[in-house]
Amino acid sequence: MRQEERDARNPAYTHIEEPDEPTAGHPTQRVWDMLGWTKKHLFSSIPNTIATLVCLYLLWLIIPPFLDWAFLSAIWSSDTPDACKVDGAGACWAFVEQKHRFILFGLYPFDEQWRPMTAVVLFIAALAASCYPPFWSKWLIPLWAVVLTVCGVLMYGGVFGMTYVDNTQWGGVPLTLILSVTGIGLAFPLAVLLALGRRSNLPAIKTICVTFIELIRGVPLISVLFMASIMFPLFMPEGVTVDKLLRAIVGIMLFTSAYLAEAIRGGLQSLPRGQYEAADSLGLSYWQKTRLIVLPQALRIVIPPLVNQFISTFKDTSLVIIIGLFDLLTSAKTALADPEWRQFYAESYIFAAILYFSFAFFMSRYSQFLERRLNAGTRR
Amino acid sequence: MSNGIEPTQTTVEPSVDAPKTPAMGEEVVIRLDNVNKWFGHFHVLKDINLDVRRGERVVVCGPSGSGKSTVIRCINRLEEHQQGDIIVNGVTLTNDVKAIEAIRKDVGMVFQSFNLFPHLTVLENLILGPIWVNKTPRKEAVDTAMYYLERVKIPEQASKYPGQLSGGQQQRVAIARSLCMKPSIMLFDEPTSALDPEMIKEVLDVMVELAQEGMTMICVTHEMGFARSVADTVVFMADGQIVEKNSPKELFANPQEERTRQFLSQIIQH
Repeated sequence: MRQEERDARNPAYTHIEEPDEPTAGHPTQRVWDMLGWTKKHLFSSIPNTIATLVCLYLLWLIIPPFLDWAFLSAIWSSDTPDACKVDGAGACWAFVEQKHRFILFGLYPFDEQWRPMTAVVLFIAALAASCYPPFWSKWLIPLWAVVLTVCGVLMYGGVFGMTYVDNTQWGGVPLTLILSVTGIGLAFPLAVLLALGRRSNLPAIKTICVTFIELIRGVPLISVLFMASIMFPLFMPEGVTVDKLLRAIVGIMLFTSAYLAEAIRGGLQSLPRGQYEAADSLGLSYWQKTRLIVLPQALRIVIPPLVNQFISTFKDTSLVIIIGLFDLLTSAKTALADPEWRQFYAESYIFAAILYFSFAFFMSRYSQFLERRLNAGTRR
Repeated sequence: MSNGIEPTQTTVEPSVDAPKTPAMGEEVVIRLDNVNKWFGHFHVLKDINLDVRRGERVVVCGPSGSGKSTVIRCINRLEEHQQGDIIVNGVTLTNDVKAIEAIRKDVGMVFQSFNLFPHLTVLENLILGPIWVNKTPRKEAVDTAMYYLERVKIPEQASKYPGQLSGGQQQRVAIARSLCMKPSIMLFDEPTSALDPEMIKEVLDVMVELAQEGMTMICVTHEMGFARSVADTVVFMADGQIVEKNSPKELFANPQEERTRQFLSQIIQH
C-alpha cells in the first residue's frame, strides 16, 4: 500500500516519521502519536501514574533550580569574585574566565602559553585527520613524525628564540593528552604482542606474558605509578635519573597494556579455527597470518572493550597527581588555591568535567562509527 | 611445480562422463608410511599406508569418525602425526617450519566450511597467497585471480565480500583461492557437505574439470557419483584404518571386505 493511499483512506492519519520499510499492516505503530503514547507508557495504570507524577515532581525540583544556577543567574564575566558573592548569584563562570589559562595549561609560564595552545591544536588536528578514513594511508606516519616533533619543540622550546620550559612545568590539557595518547599509543602494540604471546605454543614466551599480565593486573594503577616514580629511582645507579614524565608514561603504558592484552586475547579466541587453518594451508608464515588474517578480524571484534579501556586510561591519567604531575584535574583543583576564589570549586570541577567528557564522548562515538564502517562489507 | 592448469589453457567443458585424461604418472608424490596418530588416548589413525602418484585422483570415503579428514589434514600438517612418515614431493614432514610452509605452498586445500577470509573481498582473498607467499607482482596476481574466477564462473563477484555470496559460490571461490597458488596437489575435505543440494553440482563440476586436467587430488567426500566417474582409486576407511583400496569400479561392484559392503549398502539404500 502506498503512502498516498494510506493517507487517503484514513484522513486522521498524520504521518510524521517516514518509516524505513512501509508496513502496510500496522501503520499506526509507526506513527508518533503523542497523546496515545503518553497514555500507553506513562499513565496506563494507577501505580504507573503515581510513578510518573513522582518523577515529574523530582525533575521539577532539580531542573529549574539547576538551570537558574547554571545559566539564568550565572555571573559570566567579572574581574573580581565580588560580583559572584552577592545574594542570589548563580554559577560563577567568571572564575573560569579568570582561571581558564591556569586550568588549561597549569604552571606553564603565562607569557609562553601560546606554545602549548598551538601544540594542543596541532595534536588534535592530527588526531582528527587520523580518524578520518579517506586519510588512512602511509602518509600518516611521516605526518605524525612531523607533528610530534613540532609539538615537542613547542613544549620544550630552547630553540628559535623560545625560552626553555622544563617538563616539570607542563600541566593541564597538554599533559593529560601527552600521558593518555602516548600511554595508549605505546600500550597498544605491547598489548598485541602480550596477547599473541599468551596464546603462544612456546612455554617460555607464554609464561613471561602470563606473569606480566597477571602481575600488572593484580595491582592498582596508583601503586604502578608509585613504583615508577619512587621505587624505580632507588634501583638506579647514583647520578642516573630518568625523567619523571617519562616514568609516568611508562607506568601508564605497562598498566594499560595488561588490560588491553586481555581484551585482544578475547578477540583472538573468538576467531574461528578455520581462519587459522585456511591461512596455514596457503603457506602463510606466522607473522603474515597474524598481520593479514588474524589481527584485522580479531581487533574489530574487540573494538568495544578496547575503547572502554582507552576511555578508562584517559581518565586514570588524573592519578598522576600522586607523583606530582600537574594534569588537567590537578590544575583545576590548584586553581582554587587562590583564597579570593576558593569557594567556586563546583564551577572549576564542572569545567574540568566538561573537558574530560568531550574527549571521552568523542572516543565513544568514534568507536561506534568505526565498528559500523569496518563491518559494512562483512555483515551477513 | 604447476602441472596441468595454466592461465593460457582453454576451458574444458565439465561433463561427468568425459574420459579420464591424462593418465597418471608413476612418480609417487605423497607417501604415507605406517602413520599413526592419537588425540589424547583416542587412536585416530592406525598404521595408514598410502601412495599417491602424480595425477592420481583419490577419493577417501567412510563413516564419520573414521579418520578420513584427519588423514588429509596430516598431509599439509594441519594435524601432526605421532608415528610413521609422511613424504610429500620428496620432503618428509617434521617440525621444520620452512619445509612445512614449502609443502603448504604446493598443496592446496579446500575445507568443508569454505573458510574464506570475511574481512577481504573475493579478489583480495585470491591474491593474498600469491602476493605474500609466492611474491607474485600484484598485477600478475590479479590477472591469475580473474582467470580462476572465470574458471569457476563467478568473475562478476570479484569485488564482493564472502558474506554476500551463496555457499556454492563461496566454495568455488575457495577452490579458486587454492588454485591461484598454482599447487600441484589439491586436498578436498568434504567440500560439498555444507552445501544445499542444488549447489553441490556447481562445486562438483569445478572439481571434475580439475580432475580431467590431471591435477593430483585427494578428496574426502560422500559423493559416490563423483568417485565413480573421476576417481582412479577409492579408499574406504573405518575406525582409523584403511579397510579397502581399489579402483572405483572394483570397489563398488565387488567389495572384498564385509565392512565395506555394509557401508556401501547403507549409502545406496538412501
